[in-house]
Amino acid sequence: MDNSVVKSDARALAPTTPEPLTARQATVLTPTRQALRRFRRHRLAVVGLVVVILFILLAIFAPIVARSGPNTVDLLGRNQGPTGRHWFGTDRTGRDTFARTLYAGRVSLSIGFAAAIISIVVGALLGALAGFFGKWVDGVIMRFTDVVMTFPAIIIILTIVALTGPGIIKTLLIIGLLNWPVPCRLVRAKFLSLREQEFLVAARAMGASAPRMIAVHAFPNTVDVLVVYASFGVVNAILLEAGLSFLGLGVQPPTASWGNMINVASNLQVLEQQPWLWVPAGVAIVLTVLACNFIGDGLRDALDPRMNIG
Amino acid sequence: MRIAHPSLRKEWSDTLGRYIQRRLLITIPILIAITAIIFGMLQLTPGDPLDAYLSPDVILSIEQRNAIRHDLGLDRPAPIRYLFWLREVAKGNLGNRIKTGEPVGTVIKQRIGPTLSLMGSGLAIGIVVGIVLGVVSAVKQYSVLDFVLTIFAFLGASTPAFFAGLLGLYIFSLRLGWFPAGGLATPGVPYSFWDHLDHLILPALMLSLFQVSSIMRYTRSAMLGVLSQDYIRTAQAKGLSQRVTVGSHALRNALIPIVTVVGATIPALVGGAVFLESIFSWPGMGTLYLDAIAGRDYPLIMGMTFIIATVILIANLLTDLTYAFIDPRIRYG
Repeated sequence: MDNSVVKSDARALAPTTPEPLTARQATVLTPTRQALRRFRRHRLAVVGLVVVILFILLAIFAPIVARSGPNTVDLLGRNQGPTGRHWFGTDRTGRDTFARTLYAGRVSLSIGFAAAIISIVVGALLGALAGFFGKWVDGVIMRFTDVVMTFPAIIIILTIVALTGPGIIKTLLIIGLLNWPVPCRLVRAKFLSLREQEFLVAARAMGASAPRMIAVHAFPNTVDVLVVYASFGVVNAILLEAGLSFLGLGVQPPTASWGNMINVASNLQVLEQQPWLWVPAGVAIVLTVLACNFIGDGLRDALDPRMNIG
Repeated sequence: MRIAHPSLRKEWSDTLGRYIQRRLLITIPILIAITAIIFGMLQLTPGDPLDAYLSPDVILSIEQRNAIRHDLGLDRPAPIRYLFWLREVAKGNLGNRIKTGEPVGTVIKQRIGPTLSLMGSGLAIGIVVGIVLGVVSAVKQYSVLDFVLTIFAFLGASTPAFFAGLLGLYIFSLRLGWFPAGGLATPGVPYSFWDHLDHLILPALMLSLFQVSSIMRYTRSAMLGVLSQDYIRTAQAKGLSQRVTVGSHALRNALIPIVTVVGATIPALVGGAVFLESIFSWPGMGTLYLDAIAGRDYPLIMGMTFIIATVILIANLLTDLTYAFIDPRIRYG
């Protein structure tokens, strides 16, 4: 932890904050507070955060906002374009696309966040082991990482899903368990740079056990890297889920997900004549991914000003 | 690459040769690991691969099934079957498709051409357009053009390949009618290069969207980093034209991070090709792979995994070698 204090002093001294400090700010300018301020100044990141929160709220309150269930059938209003009653139109069984888009958000966002968390936990664990123990442990883990990274994730995932069968939980686990190489590399690199630092040498000299040194001393220093990665991890997971469900190998109908809602467009007639059925889900994906990318950029600027490029 | 002395050049090509050799040697265990993992996964699957071979309406006795199983070599233990497979691959034989009995090698040979032309043109568009737009964006930093290009890059990098493909198909083919709606060439018409190109442009453009966006963003930031250096100011002070300063002094030094990005987007290119092939009914490796998975065609899945992994590893090697051509300081020891 000594390390982070030193770093934050350097940040406070660096001429990155042009406006004069008020007495209040000067007294309580903790690293977290500084990071928050830098994040708030990244306008696109704030917009991204607002969009993501809005989408999460829409997903949570879908039953209230949607005015109909995702599978409620309006027999008199089938195959309609957007109307006042059905904002995004209806499909051939009379289901409301707006309601389905909201409910699909529940599935797609949950898979995105849960899969990202799984990949971060697995990646951080493997990365910590590789970086802390080095030698053959590092060699084995990193070669394995190379193998997984060499191969396009979608191909491996397609193969596994096609063989084990589709489903929400399976989709989530497979995406989570295949996305760990990037966080693993990040944590390992950080651990390697920490290994010879005084506070870890001191901890070792005082007889701290390996798990304690990893969890209590080294790991907290990787949190900022992982937080920055998290938004990109969510992006990855949402894109993979959408791709899988689009091919019919992810979330299965009648449960709606953004990916399988776009699947109807593989029918050329639907693609050409009923764009309201597949465009909303696609736009939802693009907006979520865009927002998460902005948040990620903002977090990177906020937490690691040295990485600030462009 | 300017290497002054012939003896230096000789030494350089020697180390490069050794480097390539060593890299290829490392590649072999990786290939074995990847195919072994896929092979292992195929063993864990619940279904009987024999079912994929028999049509559903044929009813066979257990003896008959076992006889066919034996003929196909499906009754041996998994590790032995994997070693058999490896031995055959070393001889250049990838086995036969379960579904049709065609040799896997032949099928892949038919399909790899269209995929390489799609991915190659997608990558080429991505590199050329991405670098040009990135340089323009950096030189005109904070202009309206820079702003518009940055928004475009963000949108492009956030749009999944299949949605880009569908939108492209909807707008440019179905609504505007500028391009054909899919396929390799117009059916029933003798092959012509222009006809093929006409079919290729739209899927290649949609595939390159992600590449263009990410290469553009990295080019922009790499160029900005370089343009603020002292030697650029020196070049400008000497009175060199903007073209020479930007084109040869700055871009050359910005290229190294760009090559890294190009290499890093190759897996995305392969993944994107799977979706675009299926949207544009492109008879390539992507649609073949989906076919193979749907039919549990094990020999085909294994053969394709092997080929795809090989292609990707070669692409990685080429990426690393490109560094040497861009930056003569880089030596491979």
